[in-house]
Amino acid sequence: MAIWLTERSKVIVQGMTGSQGAKHTARMLRAGTDVVGGVNARKAGQTVGGTPVFGTVAEAMAETGADTSVVFVPPRFTGDAVTEAIDAEIPLCVVITEGVPVHDATRFWAHAQGGRTRIIGPNCPGIASPGASNAGIIPADITTAGRIGLVSKSGTLTYQMMYELRDIGFSTCVGIGGDPVIGTTHIDALAAFEADPATDAVVMIGEIGGDAEERAADYIEAHVGKPVVGYVAGFTAPEGKTMGHAGAIVSGSAGTAQAKKEALEKAGVLVGRTPSETARLLRSVLAPAVA
Amino acid sequence: MDLFEHQAKELFARHGVPVPDGAVARTPEEARAAATAPRVVVKAQVKVGGRGKAGGVRLADSPDDAAEKARQILGMDIKGHPVHAVLVEEASAIAREYYVSYLLDRAGRTFMSVCSAEGGMEIEEVARTRPGAVARVPIAAAEGVDAAKARAIAAAGGLPAAATEAIERLWNVFVAEDATLVEVNPLVLTEDGRVVALDGKVTLDDNAAFRRTDGLASADLNYVKLDGEVGIIGNGAGLVMSTLDVVAQTGMRPANFLDIGGGASAEVMAAAMRTVLGDPDVRSLFVNVFGGITACDAVASGIVSAVELLGGVDRPIVVRLDGNNAEEGRRILDDAAIPALERVDTMDDAARRAAELAAGV
Repeated sequence: MAIWLTERSKVIVQGMTGSQGAKHTARMLRAGTDVVGGVNARKAGQTVGGTPVFGTVAEAMAETGADTSVVFVPPRFTGDAVTEAIDAEIPLCVVITEGVPVHDATRFWAHAQGGRTRIIGPNCPGIASPGASNAGIIPADITTAGRIGLVSKSGTLTYQMMYELRDIGFSTCVGIGGDPVIGTTHIDALAAFEADPATDAVVMIGEIGGDAEERAADYIEAHVGKPVVGYVAGFTAPEGKTMGHAGAIVSGSAGTAQAKKEALEKAGVLVGRTPSETARLLRSVLAPAVA
Repeated sequence: MDLFEHQAKELFARHGVPVPDGAVARTPEEARAAATAPRVVVKAQVKVGGRGKAGGVRLADSPDDAAEKARQILGMDIKGHPVHAVLVEEASAIAREYYVSYLLDRAGRTFMSVCSAEGGMEIEEVARTRPGAVARVPIAAAEGVDAAKARAIAAAGGLPAAATEAIERLWNVFVAEDATLVEVNPLVLTEDGRVVALDGKVTLDDNAAFRRTDGLASADLNYVKLDGEVGIIGNGAGLVMSTLDVVAQTGMRPANFLDIGGGASAEVMAAAMRTVLGDPDVRSLFVNVFGGITACDAVASGIVSAVELLGGVDRPIVVRLDGNNAEEGRRILDDAAIPALERVDTMDDAARRAAELAAGV
């Protein structure tokens, strides 16, 4: 088992005919993902490497039973593409595109409320359940299937942590993206991992900015029984460039790596100072379960 | 991207938000010519708060006085920001000062207005000591701010009804210009009953640059100078921040943040290395790459070509490559046998080695 993405997931790619879409569709197929189609209104009826292209998300879902969409369309078209996926009521929409205007992301997130679609991203590496399915651009060969859950804002730190713990392996790795407005949060992933019988422990990776990690800490304290190990990047990063008083008024002292680390530790999360130390901490919390 | 006050006010004016008459001056002579009102304010144009307290805002009673005040302000250094221009504006007779802003509410994944009847230089102090005096009004992204919502915002912050129109128009600035922050502090009521934006801070969303036609957008190399000795180049903001932290734990300090992002062509790597090694404080360079989609052999070739493009390097470089095609990447670096370059296999060990080299061990 895994969260949100399993070996039964049927995946379509919005933007499959573009260069990024085509390249990563091929990679997803090699990783064992059941990619059943692509979407491009102007190329409906064609095939790309044997995979059929449909005119709309709704049509692709009706023809193939797809339940997951991965979005690679360029930033200026991403808002429309995600809105289309939401309107088609696809259960999972993974938005890889980097550079989506925050006003667009805020609008499509608002549009998704009350609907049936979980959005991951934008500006994220996607979601991978090793050995089962891979929706996005996370390299399939840097880790193995296992029982750790991973949720991370940062792409390359996701890969680093998957690699550090490749001998133990992961149930699901979720890259939620570091944009100011994202569809799936640390808290959403923590709740899903807590409920997932195939996950024994969770690694949570955050970075400076916003207060998502602080809110996740509150959530862990109240709702998560499984061991959680954390890492926060940015202790020595320069002060944010947020201008004016508005940011300070709203966020107070929240946002620094130190504040996030302290909030997580207060919630009982072991927080590593480096990726390698974080991996060691994860091993230490798993050791009793393994023995 | 943060805008200067005068740029923010140009956007305000474009959307019908009243601003004082004024002009930008880059020399005392230009300031003299711009001082057409009997009384003017000469304001340093810097992208940092606290310029008033630093002496960067002065009143002037004549064109000669404006030139003199500009002479004093131009060239000032305000919190590390040199003053290259001043805004010369008609002085306003202020009856009341308010605070109004629109910003992103990350936690709520929507927008928010923050407003207060107690605007001015002490707004942060007001927010701290009397949070009740600062209203935070959520705004539904799908609905935005119409006249009725603007009235509700004004009422929540204790602003007069006369401010409603400006509040509604500032929302138009926020949406139409793809801003992530629009802040007016103070929004003033003048003695003759007009509502005027006396200051303006606007942050534009760089991601929306493709929608702009006025060139107000930037795509700089993702480089931030710090005050340490170990130069840093990496891929992905999270990994680069983590690299700074790991270097800091060795006791040496990172000299910069530089994220080369997903691609790592020889040109990008050469530009990155030129930038970091252009800092005379840098005593060693740590290149930390985890190849996800980026293949390490391409990164390694990029480093080798970059060293050639730069005609060699005069300071030690430590490279750590892991992930996609790491073996091939390491072989390419070993074959190139660049004298100044050392290859170390893990991030922690590589950080330690770069620190040792910077310390001259």
